[in-house]
Amino acid sequence: MRRFLFAALLGAGLVAAAWAVVGSAALAADPPLGLPPVPIPENNPMTPEKITLGEKLYNEKRFSTTGDVGCVTCHDPKKAFTDSPLRVSEGIEKKTGTRNSPTTINAVYMTSQFWDGRSPDLEDQALHPFVNPVEHGLASHEPILEIVRTDPEYVRAFDEVFGTTGEDITIREVTLAIAAFERTIVSGNSPFDRWYYGGEEDALTEQQKRGFELFINEGRCVSCHVIEQTQALFTDNRFHNIGVGINDIQDQVPELAGEFLDADLTLSEVDVEVLTDPRTSELGRFAISHGFGDLGSFKTPTLRNVALTAPYMHDGSIETLEEVVIHYMNGGVTEVGDPVNDFLSSGIRPLDIETEDIEALVAFMEALTSPEIAAQVEAAESE
Amino acid sequence: MTMTIKNLDRRQFVKGAASAAAVSTLPLSTVELAFADPAKNFSFAYISDSHIQHIKGAEFVRNWDRGLIRAVAETNMLRPKPDFVMFGGDLAQLGTKAELDHGAEMLAKLDFKTHCLLGEHDYYLDLGEYWSELFGPHWYSFDHKGVHFVVLNSILTYDEWTFERWPTPEQRMLEMAGLDNPNGSPFMVGEKQRAWLAKDLEGVAKDTPVVVFSHSPIQKIFKGWNFWTEDAEQVQALLQPFDTATVIYGHVHQIQYNQIGNISFHAVMATAWPWPYPHSYAQAESHLPKLTVPMNRADPFFERDATGWQLVNLDSGRVAMKYKLYDNSDRTVAYNPVTGRPEDTVYQDPESRISPQIHY
Repeated sequence: MRRFLFAALLGAGLVAAAWAVVGSAALAADPPLGLPPVPIPENNPMTPEKITLGEKLYNEKRFSTTGDVGCVTCHDPKKAFTDSPLRVSEGIEKKTGTRNSPTTINAVYMTSQFWDGRSPDLEDQALHPFVNPVEHGLASHEPILEIVRTDPEYVRAFDEVFGTTGEDITIREVTLAIAAFERTIVSGNSPFDRWYYGGEEDALTEQQKRGFELFINEGRCVSCHVIEQTQALFTDNRFHNIGVGINDIQDQVPELAGEFLDADLTLSEVDVEVLTDPRTSELGRFAISHGFGDLGSFKTPTLRNVALTAPYMHDGSIETLEEVVIHYMNGGVTEVGDPVNDFLSSGIRPLDIETEDIEALVAFMEALTSPEIAAQVEAAESE
Repeated sequence: MTMTIKNLDRRQFVKGAASAAAVSTLPLSTVELAFADPAKNFSFAYISDSHIQHIKGAEFVRNWDRGLIRAVAETNMLRPKPDFVMFGGDLAQLGTKAELDHGAEMLAKLDFKTHCLLGEHDYYLDLGEYWSELFGPHWYSFDHKGVHFVVLNSILTYDEWTFERWPTPEQRMLEMAGLDNPNGSPFMVGEKQRAWLAKDLEGVAKDTPVVVFSHSPIQKIFKGWNFWTEDAEQVQALLQPFDTATVIYGHVHQIQYNQIGNISFHAVMATAWPWPYPHSYAQAESHLPKLTVPMNRADPFFERDATGWQLVNLDSGRVAMKYKLYDNSDRTVAYNPVTGRPEDTVYQDPESRISPQIHY
């Protein structure tokens, strides 16, 4: 018994999948079970050398004022490419931002980056944390360029990958390489995939199968965490106010939103503002789009490997998957009886599910862990 | 709401396809200013058809509550601030005190002067008595920055139906609330109110823009659902002498627009639920004129989709109606001086429309 679900076509705006066969083990000719081909933009073709350079840049900690923060700090392969169990990310000098680190895994499939989608692609995304005061803390990208233009290993690698040296190396090449590496961080082939797409009847437990039924029916999860006929990214790439974060600043929303509109910030200023001012952060996608419908809304994250990345939600305010399900059960409030946000997505409403359903839904989400990611996390934990 | 074009260009690149469509509908006024004095330019918000429904005790239908709460919250954040808010009727579902009180409480959160009019759901239980205690007279007019506004009670009907036919007020209310109900009766403004309107308009110069607010359409669209006003022609005749007349009506829970002579017609959305465009329901040919672009398809996941509220811009003396559609692309219907009628500023061209879903 297999239920096929239709959903909107994903990947609008991306170049038609130009699947590139490269040397990296992570980038096989066929995507893992349950995933579509990785979309590769025409202006950033994949090469093994570029991926290797990107990985080095991703792990580089000198690109920060203190020399101890890199991309890897908050998107750590040992923690399923997050910084779990931190609630919100820590940058230089243990400065904290306002948002829970989203995983790099399958970020390549997202049609926008960051929780509020303020960045259109991986290349652009990589620009901003370097110069955010609570992340890498740099005043500009210059210190990065100084390193890559002079460090012999980088000089050699940039010459090999881009054919550029010295002043010709810009931050553009740096982000192209990082994005190329990130396009190799994909994960599917979970027990769910083996059951749903692979036809392995016993890949899921009965409880997990029950959880799947709830996921696509009474739980209403699948409407945003999309599962399709041949692939499942578990995101609709859209933004929703699900009653998290904004519930804490309800009375201040008109004032905050008004101030924000009046300030008329550039996107770079928004980047700083939303990560340094917790109240502004809660405006969510509104800070980018200025649309009332986006007040308090954040991008639907993937659910793949979600069992490894607690705590949850854009602000890390919910500690367990059980509590996440209860939040939805209550119709977008974490505690029953709390006031419902005026701008709550109209897709969120109280669910008619039972206590054992919560356990089944959590069991289903645990079936979304990819074995290679689980192994990586386990190996790190036993170190 | 207050984004400048500069912002749009800068931000457009980070937007998905859906929001890009919304962005392109932002310019509110597509016609030249008719007022000599730009200080007279103004806008107002229009909220309608909330159908607040009492279940029992302190329990009301959550969905309808959310629609009105959201409209009020969004209206309060408008920049520039609207000059006033119009509530277009059917605040209640069955006209009870509980419903009207609950609705009035939500409307009271509006930061702006609010005018109200009567819908049939507010009226047919006690013939508007309690509504009047809360909101004032059943019909009236007012002037604002050079525009003459008229508020009608257009949901009256024949006296025999109202006063003699039904054993209880409750049954009368339920009969009028039904659609396709053979026991129903057509809406009308009525002779007494028309006489008042004629007198009210006597002193208004013919070049003054006149805007009429009613609950039912002051035009005949579909009788089975009372998208209809029995004496529409007589009311229209009183408005035709004016250079610029506009009728804004609720009741139909969908976007409609039309031009009859000098009169532009605009319908507003409900905050409660959408009605489909009636010809999709009528199996037989309907008498619906080709006056609207059908609404964008609603996504059933979002219970607010295909509902919303309006920002009405009167900079030109003509109405530019911006539909704020929850979980959907906003739309703007404005008078097109070239064709001499209201048109959707984006979707009028069939090529620009969003195709319906054809597989399931």
